[in-house]
Amino acid sequence: MIPKGARVLVVDDEIQIRRLLKVALTAHGLDVAEAAGGQEGLEQAVLFQPDLILLDMGLPDLDGQEVIRRLREWTSVPIIILSVREGENDKIQALDAGADDYVTKPFSMGEVLARLRVAFRHAAKTEEEPVLVSGDLTIDLARRHVEVGGREVRLTPTEYGILKNLALNAGKILTHRHLLELIWGKEYAEETHYLRVYVRQLRRKIEPDPAQPRYILTEPGVGYRLAVRDEANTDLQFRKQ
Amino acid sequence: MDLNGTGEERRPNPDDLLAQTKKENRGRLTIFLGAAAGVGKTFAMLEAAHERINEGVDLIVGWVETHGRPETGALIEGLPSMPPKSLEYRGHAYQEMDLDALLARRPALALVDELAHTNITGSRHVRRFQDVEELLAQGISVYTTVNIQHIESLNDIVAQITGVRVRETVPDRFLEEADQIHLIDVPPEDLIQRLNEGKVYVPEQAQQALQKFFRPGNINALRELALRFTAQRVDREMDQYMRVHAIEGPWPAGERIMACISASPFSAHVIRTARRMATGLKAEWLVAYVETSDLLHETEARRDQLTLNLRLAEELGAEIVRLSGEDIADELLALARHRNVTQIVIGKPLHSNLWALWERSPVDQIIRGSQGISVHIISGKPKMKNGQRPAPAARSRRSPIKSYLWTIVMVFLVTLINRLHSDPVNIVLLYLLPVILSATFLGRGPSLLASVLGLLFFDFFFIPPFLSFSVADLRYFISLGIFLVVSLTTSSLAAKLRDQIDMARRREIRMSALYGLSRKIAVATDLEGVLKRASETVAETIGGKAVIFAPDETGKLETYAGEAVLEFILNENEWAVARWVFEHGQIAGRGTDTLRGVEWLYLPLMADEKCVGVLGVRPDFAEQHLSPEQRRLLEAFAGLTALALVRLKLAQEAQHTRNLEQSEKLRTALFNSISHELRTPLAFIQGAVTSMLDDRTSYSREDLHAFLQTIKEGALRMNRLVENLLDMARLESGTLQLKWEWCDLEEIVGVALRRLRDSLKDRPLKIQIEQGLPLVKADFALIEQVLVNLIDNAAKHSPPGSKISIYSRREDGSLRVAVADQGPGIPKADRERIFDKFYRVYSPHQVSGTGLGLSICKGIIEAHGGKIWVETRPGGGNVFVFNLPLKESPPPGVPDGKEDKPLHDT
Repeated sequence: MIPKGARVLVVDDEIQIRRLLKVALTAHGLDVAEAAGGQEGLEQAVLFQPDLILLDMGLPDLDGQEVIRRLREWTSVPIIILSVREGENDKIQALDAGADDYVTKPFSMGEVLARLRVAFRHAAKTEEEPVLVSGDLTIDLARRHVEVGGREVRLTPTEYGILKNLALNAGKILTHRHLLELIWGKEYAEETHYLRVYVRQLRRKIEPDPAQPRYILTEPGVGYRLAVRDEANTDLQFRKQ
Repeated sequence: MDLNGTGEERRPNPDDLLAQTKKENRGRLTIFLGAAAGVGKTFAMLEAAHERINEGVDLIVGWVETHGRPETGALIEGLPSMPPKSLEYRGHAYQEMDLDALLARRPALALVDELAHTNITGSRHVRRFQDVEELLAQGISVYTTVNIQHIESLNDIVAQITGVRVRETVPDRFLEEADQIHLIDVPPEDLIQRLNEGKVYVPEQAQQALQKFFRPGNINALRELALRFTAQRVDREMDQYMRVHAIEGPWPAGERIMACISASPFSAHVIRTARRMATGLKAEWLVAYVETSDLLHETEARRDQLTLNLRLAEELGAEIVRLSGEDIADELLALARHRNVTQIVIGKPLHSNLWALWERSPVDQIIRGSQGISVHIISGKPKMKNGQRPAPAARSRRSPIKSYLWTIVMVFLVTLINRLHSDPVNIVLLYLLPVILSATFLGRGPSLLASVLGLLFFDFFFIPPFLSFSVADLRYFISLGIFLVVSLTTSSLAAKLRDQIDMARRREIRMSALYGLSRKIAVATDLEGVLKRASETVAETIGGKAVIFAPDETGKLETYAGEAVLEFILNENEWAVARWVFEHGQIAGRGTDTLRGVEWLYLPLMADEKCVGVLGVRPDFAEQHLSPEQRRLLEAFAGLTALALVRLKLAQEAQHTRNLEQSEKLRTALFNSISHELRTPLAFIQGAVTSMLDDRTSYSREDLHAFLQTIKEGALRMNRLVENLLDMARLESGTLQLKWEWCDLEEIVGVALRRLRDSLKDRPLKIQIEQGLPLVKADFALIEQVLVNLIDNAAKHSPPGSKISIYSRREDGSLRVAVADQGPGIPKADRERIFDKFYRVYSPHQVSGTGLGLSICKGIIEAHGGKIWVETRPGGGNVFVFNLPLKESPPPGVPDGKEDKPLHDT
């Protein structure tokens, strides 16, 4: 799924992180440029014209949010942010400001690559696929038809609305706010418990074990994400040569 | 002197040294003392001021009265002055020293003329010497002037010498505490000449009196007083010097003087005399008064006089001892013996009454019983300034007329009974009945009336000749006489008994109030509790309102307790007085001499000579002065409250120390744990990495894979430690802010399991979540952390491949979650402590861990208002259980979203 020779810009002030990402991503056939700060990152974004940006939120010179805002003024290049576990608010703000996804530090390389794949796939997508498949779950958007393991599942309109929006952004995180605005409208953007209730119902209908969901994944404090097929294998394996 | 004690004795007395150092923070007081007006005190003071100015001292004239004299006026030129403050009182404008401006200006030295001056109503203090006191307390030195006749203890002597009584007196201690006294002395002839030349200021209306005053004899007597006063002071300074420097010398004998006072205006004279004697002999002195049942019958005026006397004694620095009993002399002598008093000062009774023939006066009794104690009897003239004698005392709480009417009715009834049922044996006895009844219930007067009426009726109706007051038979005189004596004695005894009961009851009320307060505040463990209970008790006992002020952490005064707190928020004046009392540690407000223009009375809560708070009281009754009894009671309350405050403070400090010790222990444990937990994974990461870097060729692919696996595990372990430490730090620092939101427990379990999917790879999981569990209000991320810790713990402490179960259900208004494993059971003794920081259960298989995970769980669950504990599992293993309260009812039904088109309709 990762296009060969795609250009990735890594913006992080830690040289070890930059080196690690450069080595690993180059090994996967990507062309990597580095920037040690926000300002340099913005310049590199113009000069290098990356196809994807990996952006650390804790930069010494510019706030991560600010970098996203300035990038979004002129480009829609996918942005994946690197953030720590406690930084839920940062993540939500970054996603709302236009970032596409995030990876939590400390991360495994498998996670980074999985996020990259999702981002590239969405960037490459030209028109909506009419049918989405994730494991046993099939969503036929044209027919408004949902199947699990070949058996039709009957969903209420609200449940379907949630699933459809997650499916359209399969693999990407939708923040609570974003989902609530899409389904219920702007004035309900804070009513997170609407989502809790409907996601629970939805999981009962489509998940084989709702306590260990496979399709609709919870990103604590941030939002929800529909798992894509290749997600199960996220750990970096030692490659035997 | 005791030989063994010699070494001890030579050391400087700590109290003396303390007094010395205490003085150092205060301003220095210099007094220019003169024998009379016109000797040139102000002049001398101004001259001294000029010298200080030349020495570069920052001085300012606070108040100087030139009385229009040109020499004085000339001297004041060139000295910086503080403009006076204008005050209006009853339509006239008066000028007074501007105390606040002086305090704000804070000069090194202030000149304040006429120490004995009385301020205009509306000033902060009643007297100027109180202003000076405040200046000194603020570290401002003061030059001031005073005449010898204004000194409190010499007041009587001066009055005797000159025939003029000076009202404006200055307490002796003021002069005693002065750092320097300059005696300004001129020969009487010069003074009289100056008076004749018009150089002495004399108010017009006092011309006559002063002409009488300025006679050579008077002036010489006053000079002698002034000289003697100064000489005594010099002597005392010498003595003080010897004490401080531990110079051995003839120590004054251990004299102790006791002044016996009563509610008489004459007692003031007794007090002053005792004070003079005590000063002269350098002796301790005390003032005693005996509260007899008669006190109850005293008029308000007499009781006020007693208050005044006691206050005077207090001002003069006496220790006051209050006794109670019926025999004044006995009580006083017992006290004198007990306290090793060597001299007794007592006033001579002013008027001899008939009782003196019948009963010896207390003075006589004291003289007779005073073996080894000198008795000084002070005689004085009774002064009835206003020409009126005190009104007869009201002896009964009932209306007197009603009591007398009742008595008359009783006597009539008895007469009626006697007439109807004429039995000569009982006639006399029956007449005693009204006497006893009225003595017991109505008071002394009615019982006397009953005696007299009974006698007359008995004579009139039952002694032949009947219906006449004449007595035919001489024997009846004896009967009548006996009746009179018996009835009078009975009435007196019964009345006295009643008084004693009354008195006992009042004491009882006071004692039980004090006891009640001390019991109540002893059980209170927090500041709020103590202050609330204290103010309530005071309000109840005094009959009014009470409020307590105490400083907060920053030292700012806050009201802590009292129903009337709201009133204070509105009234800035009251606050100002309360703050003043707190800063100065002196009583002030209504009914005192300081800042009396407010509604409340404020008492400092003093402990260890430090003011720890202020008690404010507003009694419901309208009198200006509290009775000595009430004031003592209030002071006792204030003392108890202050002690309780100090006790709390000490307890807090002790707790603080314990906490410090505890945290020190924790810190050590933390360091040990962290250094071990960080170094172990670091060690094997480093080992693996260096192996691979140094010698790549000799390892097989499988070896390399093993190394990398080791590195990965080490990194995960370090990550877990850091997360734990961060969680702990947030919990400990108290900065943890719960992000309350509606959570689905099943969802949290899902996220936790996903996070742990690597370590749970080969574990069978059993998840039982009750259908239809309500949403619970909680912090999603923190509860997730709890589940992660518990499940991870279960995985670490149970055999590989054994089952881990997670249950959740609703139980008694809370959500209960349990994580069960099949590991070795935790010993009972460890089950409580397992949630403590760094506590780890001993296990033969060394399991890595910081001992923080469970304490973090406990912290988080408790922050949610829940509980966490561990149980043993019936089939072996442990169950960690926590519950979360379902306080809020779950949100109402959730509306459908916008996507409302039914399926399959396209």
